[in-house]
Amino acid sequence: MGTAKKEPLLRVVKHAELSTRQSIGLRVLAVVLALAVGGLFIALIGYNPFEIYATIVSGCFRSPMAIQATVKFCIPMCISALGVTLAFKMRFWNIGGEGQLIMGAVFASFFALFCSGMPHLLLLAVMFIAGFVGGGLWGLIPAACREKWGTNETLFTLMLNYIALYIVTFLRDGPWRDPEAAGFNKIARFAPKAMLDKVFGVHAGWIVMLILVVLVFLYLKKTKQGYEIGVVGESRDTARYAGINVRRVVLRTMFLSGGIAGIGGMVQATGSDITLSAGVAGGVGFTGIIIAWLAQLNPFVALIVSFAFSILVKGSSVVQSAYGLSTDCADILQGIILFFIMAMEFFIRYKLVFRGHREKLPVKTAADTDAASGEKEAEEK
Amino acid sequence: MKKILAFVCALAMMTALFAGCGNNNNEQPSNSGNEGGGAGIAVENIKVGVIHIGDPATGSGYSYTHDQGIVAMQQNLGLSDDQIVRKNNIDDADATAIENAMNECIEEGCNIIFATSWGYMDTCEALAAEHPDVFFSHGTGYKSNGTNFNNYFGRIYQARFLSGIAAGLKTQTNKIGYVSAQGSENGECTSGIDAFAMGVASVNPDAVVEVKVTNSWYDPEGEGQAAQALIDDGCDVIAQHCDTNNPQIKARDNNVWGVGYNSDMTAEVGDAVLTSVVWNWGAYYTTAVQNVINGTWVPGTNVENYFGSLADGLLDITALSPEAAEGTQDAIAIAEAAINDGSFDVFTGTYTDAAGNTIGCDGVMECNDGTTLEVDGTNYAAITKYYKNVVVK
Repeated sequence: MGTAKKEPLLRVVKHAELSTRQSIGLRVLAVVLALAVGGLFIALIGYNPFEIYATIVSGCFRSPMAIQATVKFCIPMCISALGVTLAFKMRFWNIGGEGQLIMGAVFASFFALFCSGMPHLLLLAVMFIAGFVGGGLWGLIPAACREKWGTNETLFTLMLNYIALYIVTFLRDGPWRDPEAAGFNKIARFAPKAMLDKVFGVHAGWIVMLILVVLVFLYLKKTKQGYEIGVVGESRDTARYAGINVRRVVLRTMFLSGGIAGIGGMVQATGSDITLSAGVAGGVGFTGIIIAWLAQLNPFVALIVSFAFSILVKGSSVVQSAYGLSTDCADILQGIILFFIMAMEFFIRYKLVFRGHREKLPVKTAADTDAASGEKEAEEK
Repeated sequence: MKKILAFVCALAMMTALFAGCGNNNNEQPSNSGNEGGGAGIAVENIKVGVIHIGDPATGSGYSYTHDQGIVAMQQNLGLSDDQIVRKNNIDDADATAIENAMNECIEEGCNIIFATSWGYMDTCEALAAEHPDVFFSHGTGYKSNGTNFNNYFGRIYQARFLSGIAAGLKTQTNKIGYVSAQGSENGECTSGIDAFAMGVASVNPDAVVEVKVTNSWYDPEGEGQAAQALIDDGCDVIAQHCDTNNPQIKARDNNVWGVGYNSDMTAEVGDAVLTSVVWNWGAYYTTAVQNVINGTWVPGTNVENYFGSLADGLLDITALSPEAAEGTQDAIAIAEAAINDGSFDVFTGTYTDAAGNTIGCDGVMECNDGTTLEVDGTNYAAITKYYKNVVVK
């Protein structure tokens, strides 16, 4: 690399591909560091970090009820991660999982509220399809606009989240308001017929989630359409050259992506909330994005990462009441852990080079890098 | 390859979490049932769950007021800290979070759970059916099941009537502003406005009450703006049924006066607040938990709803500020005595004031649209019209 004179103090350089062991080492290190710094934070505010961590875990698994609740938190997170996985594979930056999930819930809720005369299973099937279509259409809008007018899909999908949220508020305060609520704004609780059945104490959404994990995996890995998504994602020009109808692939994939999120919304509204509320998504659409990235767009890994997240969420809730720890502290803890894991993803792909350092000794510069594997890499070079 | 790595990473994360499990101090979920079969539950076996919409640590406002009630109950009954399970910041629009919070209370062995926000009502109803041996007590709603799910609220309109007397005597412009969270279709807000307006009219027949609605239970900005608009319109006393003390701050900053709500707002705003309409939830929480201890309330048998009053100590107005008009204390005292002896309940009954006038509409309210409405405080939710001296802005 050039002379030291013009070199900036710090440069970001792409790594050579790290070995498996190095990558694993870095990731484990990230988790350990995250827990350590999180523990330091806990200690600073006057609690025993070991106790707090133990409570997080025990709070998730201390009873069948706790395990059921943990699984319940996992379901919408995992499903919305699966949804954005399809779009991200195509390099379509769908930040609208939240809105697509909400619209799925809205479409499904219509049938739950106004068509509850149907037989139970038929009603569930109709709501399931409605949820899929609702989310799918909400995903289709930004895709169509990008294909037609070249709009920015990141902003577009993001903004649609808020529109979806306010649609729920509008329905709650107006046309769908529970007439029995004496002037308060809420939507009625669904009839038992419109409730998703429980299997092993958790609503059947967990089965839907597992099936979707397998389906999305097979779709991406084994089908022509899944292959097309990958090609379009790598290069639209290549795809076009190969005779792929890019526009169709984009529209189809975004419909599926939104549709899956919509199923998540249906499952959440009919299985867990038993009503349509403004909190039906409650941010899982955004958490799903993080999960999909951490899982490197692999559906099975997404399932595991989602479960790890649900442990954090459920456990923090127990910690809050057991220790009187403010819920904000629990959020900070989650933030610290996320920060380290995301940061480590950066160091797995890139390294920092300080001015004056020769290219051969780059690994020393990345402070968080595992020193042992770093030396090994230097030797190999 | 990267996928496998990510898989392992996630696995590692979980293992790391499990690793902390060594010195596990988890409490075994104790039996939340009532073993005595009608004999109640010993004080040391009582565990109380509380679901808050906010964080009591903020030091004022709705959740703080409720939590002060819990603290008072704890002291009255001599419960230890670990007999109270608080669930804070539970969004009342997130049914899943509500259910999880209540289930965690049940897991930790709570015998009675107080759900303080209106939006928790439907979840209470569903969980009460699932857990027949746990009491669910829900504030401000209208549902109950008669066996293990009741409803608690109070005749806050009694305190509002008294505060109306203070406002009616103080105003010089004969225009009194009232910032309301919800419009006339909401009986809780509307009955409060009517009671306040009746209080005003009882001492000042010429004054009008100008109501401005924010359409939100919590809108700091909007509440302040509504108050400012009322002041600009000539109002010189600002009352409120909304969360923050911003209307009172606006009143003080414009050199006019106000009537606070929920907690004593003189503490933060100063003497411009003539008085505040307040809840003392501790009165109910103590009674309720005592009932469970005594065996007065046994799950599965009769459990009544609670609709507390001034006489019960559930609600009150705070001591008058030195800036209140002369004679306010005496006028309030007469009305208060009538309320406490049961002869007057704002919407029903009458009393005679110092000048010999008969005060009270006695069940038939003259509305501001020229019609009349049959009113009864115990059915406050049905009061969806405004008293004759109310003007909507």
